Order: sequence, then structure tokens, then C-alpha cells
Amino acid sequence: MTGEIGQLALCLSLALSLVMAIAGLAGARANSGLARDVALHAAMGLFAFVALAFGALVFAFVTSDFSVLDVAQNSHTAKPLIYKITGAWGNHEGSMLLWVFVLAVYTAAIAFARRGGAQLTSAALGVQGLLAAAFLLFILFTSDPFLRLDPPPFEGAGLNPLLQDPGLAMHPPMLYAGYVGLSAAFAYAAAALITGRADASWARAARPFMLAAWIALTLGITLGSWWAYYDLGWGGFWFWDPVENASLMPWLVATALLHSALATERTGAFRAWTLLLAIAGFSLSLIGTFLVRSGVLTSVHSFANDPERGVYILALIFAAIGGALALFAWRAPKLQGGAAFEPVSRETALLLNNLLLAAAAATVFIGTLYPLVLDSLWGIRISVGPPYFAITFAPVFAALLLLVPLGPQLSWRKADLGAAFRALSPALGVAAVAGLLVLAFAAAPALQAACACALATWVIAAGIIQISGRWRARTMSFGACASALAHAGLGVTLLGIVGATAWKSEALDVLKPGQTMQVAQYALRLDNVERVQGPNYFADRADISVQTHGRTIATIAPEKRSYPVEGQAVSDTAIRTTGYEDLYVALGDDRGGGAWVIRAYVNPLAPFIWFGGAFMALGGLASLFGRLRRSVAAASPNAALAE
Amino acid sequence: MNQRKRRRLAFAAALFIAAAGGAALVLTALRDNVLYFYSPSDVAARHIEPGVAFRIGGLVQQGSVAHGPGATVRFVVTDGKSRVPVEYTGVLPDLFHEGRGVVAAGSLDGSGEFNATEVLAKHDERYMPPEVVDALKRAGRWKEGEGTAR
Repeated sequence: MTGEIGQLALCLSLALSLVMAIAGLAGARANSGLARDVALHAAMGLFAFVALAFGALVFAFVTSDFSVLDVAQNSHTAKPLIYKITGAWGNHEGSMLLWVFVLAVYTAAIAFARRGGAQLTSAALGVQGLLAAAFLLFILFTSDPFLRLDPPPFEGAGLNPLLQDPGLAMHPPMLYAGYVGLSAAFAYAAAALITGRADASWARAARPFMLAAWIALTLGITLGSWWAYYDLGWGGFWFWDPVENASLMPWLVATALLHSALATERTGAFRAWTLLLAIAGFSLSLIGTFLVRSGVLTSVHSFANDPERGVYILALIFAAIGGALALFAWRAPKLQGGAAFEPVSRETALLLNNLLLAAAAATVFIGTLYPLVLDSLWGIRISVGPPYFAITFAPVFAALLLLVPLGPQLSWRKADLGAAFRALSPALGVAAVAGLLVLAFAAAPALQAACACALATWVIAAGIIQISGRWRARTMSFGACASALAHAGLGVTLLGIVGATAWKSEALDVLKPGQTMQVAQYALRLDNVERVQGPNYFADRADISVQTHGRTIATIAPEKRSYPVEGQAVSDTAIRTTGYEDLYVALGDDRGGGAWVIRAYVNPLAPFIWFGGAFMALGGLASLFGRLRRSVAAASPNAALAE
Repeated sequence: MNQRKRRRLAFAAALFIAAAGGAALVLTALRDNVLYFYSPSDVAARHIEPGVAFRIGGLVQQGSVAHGPGATVRFVVTDGKSRVPVEYTGVLPDLFHEGRGVVAAGSLDGSGEFNATEVLAKHDERYMPPEVVDALKRAGRWKEGEGTAR
């Protein structure tokens, strides 16, 4: 029954999205109140029915309804409840439904907030309706999650054990909230072009959605990086894997968009460029979806190899990007320029920020797509790895970080560079000291690490100066906190990356119970290895005592789990963290006679990588909160009277 | 030429120089830092200099995995036609098994043995890495539907 309810809800959603597209676009052109009301109600209806369909799928997974093909292929009765729920999006069909669900949430938010006036909202809903219809068609025709299986099997095939992890509960929904949230910025930009009102108002209207999407994307990438770190099979916190790059590109462009839109709102500068970034950000989300979902890449993210799906998404990408760019080419020449600004000003700083972010995104884009192009045109199989990105991405981003502290110190239109440097001189001093300390005391490779540490310290110290300056001048605002936090977060992440790559210690040994191995300052003694039983797996668990100076300070227990249903083994690493350093231990193969391979790392500063991501997200939240508070204050009758 | 136009021209010039510099950087980086993928037959057919990094992929030959000394592992990668012995020191990925697909990155030593710095198993349990499927197809050892069977 649930299957049919879900299927029906999806069909109704498709109808509603088409109604919303037509009514929304008609309402924007014809200035008809009725059409606009229809679009608003269709948005709420779309949300309700997609939520119903998504709920039906989760229900089918929770109740192990194996008459639904998707459940039979990806679930199992022995799975713990949490993995039955999260398993709903741990497969291609379910993850596409999650994609559309997030789109429906943003659409409802646009209809609910009605920012930027009735006409702009109506046009934005029309664009969202087109996107929703395209993706609902994709689901219904190529990836139906509610296909029936007759007769139903007694047991499902299970979920890839690598995905049976709490990370699956948080990482995909958060990443999608970011990816798909960029559709709101895209819809507002297209709406501004459609209505011919491509001034600052659309950027102001779309700002909360851009911020929400950026925060979610930041957290989604951070969570993904953390998951890839503690899960041994996935290659560490960042691997320049195409799937990781697919999420990094929209993040870089969304970051540029947030900064460029700031200038557009404030002085009307970069109007055309901000529109282009809004289009590019969501286009990269679509390209990311294509890369991950079409099966052109192999990773644990690509659930199925179905060329038909890839072709459909590719066509969708061309339609969306092509349509938006055509609209842009048609309307952009009529755009007026903003107010003039001096070469030394906040606008110039934002311009440089945008150039560098766009260049960084371009290097990632080329490095990610070059192998695909080479393979599809000439059948040459290559891979572009970390060395390429170290040469191209790293210098561009280093230049960006060098300039980051200056931006908030410069005023709009015309600024005083000398005053900015005077304000930042303590940060410069601290950064120099940090670099010299690293050169003096740290092990090789020192020069690169010293530069990176100095850069990170420079950014963090500048953030502190910014906040303390505002505090003393009693001009503290959410906006000031936002940029200081987000910028400092970049520095914190950089420190973590330097620590975890330059100062990593690694040890690999074969131990029998009672034997000890050394990694950095820790001695690890294997106490014993025993067979333990989990809910749907059995595992070999090694009990290891962590000792420093002959004293046991902790015991940790890495496992090697075997999932009989899926016929796969998974390492469950043990991490002991002090907040500034991780001891990371994984259990390897059984070498017979009670001997086991044990691999251990000490990763100094590694937790900073994710703390930095959290700081950036907090910065985004501060900005969002300040923005919404101002909107509410502006809408209240008292404020109107006061003006 | 008014000031606005002059500024736009300067901006366009700066953009062009930045783009050209970036393109040069990217092209050099791509030329020197890509890893080619070869099947065991490719390795046999072409003469690859020792020390040149590349990736190799195929099936782990049944019965070829030998452990020791220490954490060193030796195994043979095959595509049914040719064989390449591989040596790797480290913890093998969870998906590594005899008879299954594997991709390793590293270089040949003087004796023709492949010293792997990395053994990849970033693929789903359900199917082979596409490179390996491709290598097996070229060697004529691929049966349709093989990788999708559980």
C-alpha cells in the first residue's frame, strides 16, 4: 500500500510542479494576482506531496517491505533501525528523492517568505517549478523508488557496510541542503532576469537562501571529510577524489557569490557578475549530481551504472545552464553599472576575492573533468591526483588567504590601505613569529609548513583583531562576527591540514598479544584479539593499551567487521583524540598464529580541520541570524512608524 | 577615453594575464602530474621505464597472495593474458580479495616487479572498477553481467 501512496504522491507532485511553473511564470509576466496565488499554493502542495512520498519510502525501509524493489535491493531485516531509516537515501533512487525533497523544502520556504515582492517571488517559484518537474520526471521514468517486486523475496540484499555508519544520517542530507539550496539563488537570479529587475533587490531577497545553502554545504563537506577520515577505506580527510571535487566546486562558487552579492546589495557593483555566479553555482551543483549519479565515476557514491540516467541528467544540465545563460545574454546588456569605486576599496577586495575563488574553482573543474574528456574522446585512462592540485589549487588559495584579512578592514568606495595595515600589524607580527617558530622547532619539510602556518595564523589573528576592534568601538554586529568567524575558520582548517600532512607519524607492525609498537610518543601494546558479535555483523576486536612513559593512559579497540549478508569486511578504526591531536589505529589482516597487522598514525592538529569547518558554518549562521533579525525589524509596524 | 573605460580596460587586461598565467600553470601541472592507467597486457606490450609512476589494474590472481616479512604483501595482478607481480607494504583495503578487481598505484622496479605505494579499493562491492572491466574486456576475459552478480 505504501508503495502506491508514494507513487501517487510523486505523480501529484509532478502535476503540482508543472502548475507552479506555468502559474508562477504567468504571474510574473501578466501581473495576475490569481496566477501568483496559484503558484504560492502549488509550492505548499508540492512540499506536502513530496514529503508524503519521501515518508512513504522511509516507511517502506523501516518496515522492510521487500515487495518494493528498492527496499529489497538495499535493505535487510537484521539491520539496526537507524540504518533502515538512513538506508532510504543510501541508494540511487532514494537519494534522488531526497534531492527533490530538499528542493521542495526550499520552494516552500520561498513561497512562505515571499521576499522581494509578489512578482519576483512568483517568477522564482516558476523557475523552481521547472526544476522540480524535470527532476520528478527523471525519478518517475528512470529511477522510480516505488517499483514493485512480485513475488517479494523473504529477505533483502542488504546495504553496503561502508554506508552502515552514522555519517550516512548526516552527510548526504546536509550536502543536499547545500547543493539544492543553490537552486534558490539560481531561481531568484533567473526571476530577476525574467522580470527585468536585475538590480540589487533580488540579491537582497535571495541572501538568506544563499546563506542557508552555503552553511549546509560547508557542514556537508566537513562531515564528509570527517567520515572519510575515520573510515579507513575512504582514503583520508581529503583525497581530491572527483566526488569530493564535485562538492568543492559549488562551495567555491557559492563563497564567491556570497561576497559578490554583498557588493551588489550595498553599492550596486558587479550586478552582471553576481547573476552569473548564481547561475554558475547551481550549474556546478547539477554537474556534481551528474558526476556522482551517472556512473561515470566509480566510488562508493555511485550506486548504479545506468547510461540512460546519465544522458537524462546531462540533457537537464544543458537545458538549465543554456536557458539561464540565454536569459542572461538577452537581459544583461540592459543592466546598469553600479556606483564607481576607487582602486583601494572594499569593492576591489571583493573583486580580487571573486577572481581568486573563480580561478580556484576553475583549476578543480579542469582537474576533475580532464580525465573524463580524455577517456570519452580517446579512450585514454588517466587519473589526476593530489600533485596536480598542489601545484594549481594551493597557490591560488594561498594568495586568497593572504588577502582575506584585508577585506573587512577596507571601507566601501574608497579606503585607506595604510590604516588597514596598521590595524593588522599585530596579526602580521604574530604570523611571522608563528612561521619562525615552525622553522626553528618543527621537523622537515619545514619551509612549506612554516609558510602555511604563518598564513593560517595571519588569518586567525586578523579575525580576532576585527572582533576586538568592533568590541572596543562598540560597533559589534552579527555581520562583523560573521566574517571574522568564517575567515578565522579558514585559518583553523589550514592549521589542521598542515598538522595532519606535514607532521604525521605513521607506524606499521605485525603484533602478537603482549607485544608493543611505537608511534610518535605513544607505545601501543596489543592485549588481546577476540571475536565479538554485532547486530548484523561479527568482528575481530583488538584491545590495545596506549602508553606514554610506561603508564597506560587509555585503551582503544579497533575492529575488523564482517557482514555475512553483504559478504564484505569493513575496518572500524579507533581514534583517541585530545582535541589537538589524534591517535588513529586500524586493525589489519590476521597473519596467523595470533599475529595481526596493526597500522597506527599520530595526526597532530587533525581535529582542527573540522573545527575550522564548524567555525565557517557558525560565521554563516551569525550572518543569517543578523539578516533575518533586520528583516523582521523592518517588517514590524514600529520600525515603519519610526521611519 | 574616460576613466570608467580606462578602468574596464585595465581590468580586462589583468583578467587576461591572470587567465593566461593560470592556463599555463594548469597545463604544466596536467602534463607532469597525471597517472596513466595500464593493464598487465599494456605493461607487457610497452616498455615502461622503472621509476615512472602509473596505475595498474586487473584481477588479483587466485593463490598469489603471500604475506611477509612484516606488513609486506606480494600478489599478482592479471588480466587473463599477462601477469605483473606486485609488492605492497601496508594494510590492504577491506575489499581486497583473491579473484577480485584491484587498482594499484606505484612504479616498476628494475626486475619488473611493481612496487605499489597505494592499493585502491574505492569501488562498490557490487561492481568492478571500470578500468579493470575495460582491461579485462580488451584481454577478452570479460563476461557480461559478471561484475553485477553478487
